[in-house]
Amino acid sequence: MLQLYQSTLRSRLLLGSARYPSPAVLSAAVRAAGVEVVTVALRREAAGERAGQGFWSLIRELNVRVLPNTAGCHSVKEAVTTAHMAREVFGTTWLKLEVIGEDDTLQPDVFGLTEAARILCAEGFEVFPYTTEDLVVAERLLAAGCRVLMPWGAPIGSGRGLNNLFALQALRAHFPAVPLIIDAGLGVPSHAAQALELGFDAVLVNTAVAQARDPVQMAAAFARAVEAGAAARAAGPIEPRDFAAPSTPVIGTAFRS
Amino acid sequence: MKIQVNGAWRELRAGELAGALEELGYGDSVVSTAVNGEFVARPARARTALSDGDRLEVLAPMQGG
Repeated sequence: MLQLYQSTLRSRLLLGSARYPSPAVLSAAVRAAGVEVVTVALRREAAGERAGQGFWSLIRELNVRVLPNTAGCHSVKEAVTTAHMAREVFGTTWLKLEVIGEDDTLQPDVFGLTEAARILCAEGFEVFPYTTEDLVVAERLLAAGCRVLMPWGAPIGSGRGLNNLFALQALRAHFPAVPLIIDAGLGVPSHAAQALELGFDAVLVNTAVAQARDPVQMAAAFARAVEAGAAARAAGPIEPRDFAAPSTPVIGTAFRS
Repeated sequence: MKIQVNGAWRELRAGELAGALEELGYGDSVVSTAVNGEFVARPARARTALSDGDRLEVLAPMQGG
């Protein structure tokens, strides 16, 4: 079971709600994967447009926990204000905190991120910070009051998988008791399985599912990969070695005197 | 009074936020508001005065990753 703040969850796959071919496909993907947490956002809405109202009805019908984000925020002030607005609209203290520092890579501004996390944790938000694999930043986020960390695998939407294995493994080893969710950059289910095999607690995926030719089938594939990875981690994988070790017993081999 | 609503200038009669939202046609929509970058909670809308040149943000739920 996955423990995120006060919530206990069965599914270790969190799903983003953007970029699907249609709302119906998003709903079907969430259901096919048995997802319990879906990320959402806030955007400007013209009066009478009501797109947001329709989207919010759809999400509520799915009966999932929502994780509002502060996507697009480039400063502490913007992120904190967006967090307050999200808490009112979505009725949750959960917050995926993003403070973007660079537009080409959508790399988190970790300085702004830790500052915004400190403010929001003190106000009672349960902050899920979208961060890098940097160990010292992780320390600062925990000191700010975060109880979950979401390091990136690779830049958002890049589909490259776990880019910096060494640092991600170091992060996992350094914080054995902190729930760590790989957020962003995964492309295929094997990336998700790998994250879970390495001991990460969950993954958050959006583009890899939403932009697949068949998002519903891909969501189900990610769900199975996450389950397989978690089971493999629990089963205790063997250590890699440099030379062969025969799997068939060598005692009693024929034709050898 | 001229107010910037989600980045576009609008001419409004209402002098406070609740009335402005009504006048703009948001009615009972699930939206959250900020004036000049500061969050204004729903219960505070009726007593939040608007002035010429204010910047109003009206945000609604949307797909996000």
